[in-house]
Amino acid sequence: MNAVWALWLRQIKRYLRSRSRLIGSLGQPLLFLLALGFGFGPIFKKAGGGNYLEFLTPGIVSMGVLFTAIFSGIEIIWDRQFGFLKETLVAPVSRIYIMLGRTLGGATVAVIQGILVLTIATLAGFKWTSPLGIFPALGFMFFIAVLFTALGTGIASILEDMQGFQIIMNFLVMPIFFFSGSLFPLSGLPHFLGVLSAFNPLTYGVEGLRLSLLGGSLLRMGVDILVLFGFSSVLLFIGSWLFEKIQI
Amino acid sequence: MDKIIEVQNLSKRFGEFEAVGGISFDVEKGEIFSLLGPNGAGKTTTIKMLTTLIEPSSGLIHIGGINLAENKIAIRKQFGIVFQDSSLDEDLTAEENMFFHAVLYGLNRSKRQTNIETLLKFFGLWERRDELVKHFSGGMKKRLEIARALSHEPPLLFLDEPTSGLDPQNRSRLWEYLKDLNKKMNMTIFLTTHSMEEVEKVSERIVIIDHGKISAEGTPDSIKAATNSDTLEEAFLALTGRDIREDAPALTDQMRKGRLLWSGGKKR
Repeated sequence: MNAVWALWLRQIKRYLRSRSRLIGSLGQPLLFLLALGFGFGPIFKKAGGGNYLEFLTPGIVSMGVLFTAIFSGIEIIWDRQFGFLKETLVAPVSRIYIMLGRTLGGATVAVIQGILVLTIATLAGFKWTSPLGIFPALGFMFFIAVLFTALGTGIASILEDMQGFQIIMNFLVMPIFFFSGSLFPLSGLPHFLGVLSAFNPLTYGVEGLRLSLLGGSLLRMGVDILVLFGFSSVLLFIGSWLFEKIQI
Repeated sequence: MDKIIEVQNLSKRFGEFEAVGGISFDVEKGEIFSLLGPNGAGKTTTIKMLTTLIEPSSGLIHIGGINLAENKIAIRKQFGIVFQDSSLDEDLTAEENMFFHAVLYGLNRSKRQTNIETLLKFFGLWERRDELVKHFSGGMKKRLEIARALSHEPPLLFLDEPTSGLDPQNRSRLWEYLKDLNKKMNMTIFLTTHSMEEVEKVSERIVIIDHGKISAEGTPDSIKAATNSDTLEEAFLALTGRDIREDAPALTDQMRKGRLLWSGGKKR
């Protein structure tokens, strides 16, 4: 387990040292929060949707976590290109522990990003139903983070360059984000898109976060946790399997 | 003498292409052994198989008496490796790179601290231990890589082109360190390099590999004598020819990458 801790610590140290990464990865969620939150707010209200900033904030927090988590997978490609991956692959440690350490490190970084977005949203006017909501919210952020870091790691394990990763991310990450209920309610979607979003794990993360921050059915929250746990377990298994197969 | 590496009928195929074709050789404990060959001859593929980075297609590898196919984790504890290209994390300090390696190799806290300090001092990097590696020169990075590879006290050290890109001063200093380690700790050194001059100076035994097959094996003097050559470089050219092979490794690499991509990273 020391190896898991070491690789987790490495991810945290690298993140804390990279101010550009810290600030850069906040840019997109903030832009969405401010531009959409304040831009579409009046229209959303007129349409009877209520306060759009309150609707949008859990979605944008999820976005911050999703993007940071999945791009943690990129680090394998960097490590492959700059050599550090070889150092870990010849270490006398099971690759599953290496994968686990990297995933937990990436997930921790993603949760920190989520907390930063949530803090900024609160400063911008987002109103919490109860301060206790932070606890389940952190849990949902962690689930989203583990799930998508594992997905990113799995994908990066079979790719050898950045271009390939970016193509897959564009065809995967953006649809996952757009059809998760982050930006608009899913109830108005055509049937086939509704079905698609039901198979999207982020849908349950966004809903769980929304229920945590704004209040709502505990039963529904429990279902979200179960679905996220299932998706996370499957993706961790697949990610570990793909990581195990890496040859350099 | 005891054998630390035993290789029998080792092969590696990437689809139809045979990178290594049934080679067998041994390395004795405590010797400086060189695996030589032109570009694309199969040296790097052989080292990757010996260090568990890729799976052999067939054949047997024993390191320190352990069968690689049966216990990779135990095999990995037997060696340190310095890759041709840097494998340091340049966003970490020198000491942090050493620390993470020591943790991955299961060293306890006191052993970790002692070995890190001893090795960084030995390689003249102790005063710079808190600096990020990205600010180091090429020579310093290479010394740090060797220090890191030795921090778990392996009996065997793989050096893949350890002096490429280094100036004569750094090369000379590096070999002083390595010969010192070989003598004092009876450490086996497994070397690949294109510098025949270095091989002639330091190696006790050589295997020359070409097109994935062994074309000569012996001491530098016996190989020179067998080819009626005055220098090892002449002997090497006599054995491997004068055709330039610069495209070969790129082709091998591309074939391997292509197969990996289409097979979803599946081992072959």
